[in-house]
Amino acid sequence: MRYLTDRKRAEGLGSAKSGVHHFWAMKMSSAALLILVPLFIFTFGAALGGSYDEVTAYFARPFPAIVAALTIIVGFKHFRDGVQVLLEDYVHGTMQKVLIIAMTCLSYGAMATGLFAIAKLAL
Amino acid sequence: MADVNRGNRPLSPHLTIYRPQLTSITSILTRITGNALLLGALLVVWWFLAAATGEGYFDVVNGILTSWFGDLVMFGSLWALWYHLLAGVRHLIWDNAMGLELATAEKLGWAVVGGSVVLTLLTVVII
Repeated sequence: MRYLTDRKRAEGLGSAKSGVHHFWAMKMSSAALLILVPLFIFTFGAALGGSYDEVTAYFARPFPAIVAALTIIVGFKHFRDGVQVLLEDYVHGTMQKVLIIAMTCLSYGAMATGLFAIAKLAL
Repeated sequence: MADVNRGNRPLSPHLTIYRPQLTSITSILTRITGNALLLGALLVVWWFLAAATGEGYFDVVNGILTSWFGDLVMFGSLWALWYHLLAGVRHLIWDNAMGLELATAEKLGWAVVGGSVVLTLLTVVII
């Protein structure tokens, strides 16, 4: 038997000290999206329904292209973080890990595809 | 804790026993709208890719996005976007331990529901 109190055994083994990171990342991206989403709704909404020439000309302009690119970056990062919490709540075991990895790949894949397309339209 | 029976214990009553409330419904809708927005987001990315590829491909994808199905998804996504945004603002308020009193929380719930409908209709009119 070791002559240690319960408290002495627990000291130094405290919290993981990293639990707030995910919460803070969600908060940061949500604050950014609060500005980006309305801007994106009205720029993208103005372009949707136009002809090919109108759409390509519209996204060759800096403001609509930059708003769309930022919304896609922050939006898919926010989705990746959010869907991870959804999966952690409802799916368990190996399937949980597999789905989190799959959704992460999908999120960054869609983000890269969108950025490539907007860069090509803009330049 | 290793000797605890984890497999076959009764659960405390939760979802099945409570009357649905505005606060619980608006809460789960936040999660549903946020995750359902993936469909609309992927369609939009596809549309951008098609526009960057060429006129023929653009006409195909643009045809899908402006069809009745595309309109339905875009209109639904528009509402989901406004709903999720307003519900997110509510969470940012709650994070400061404000607005958690029952009466205030109910009011915020109605503000989110009503506000999302108004903003959606307003957007459709403007665009």
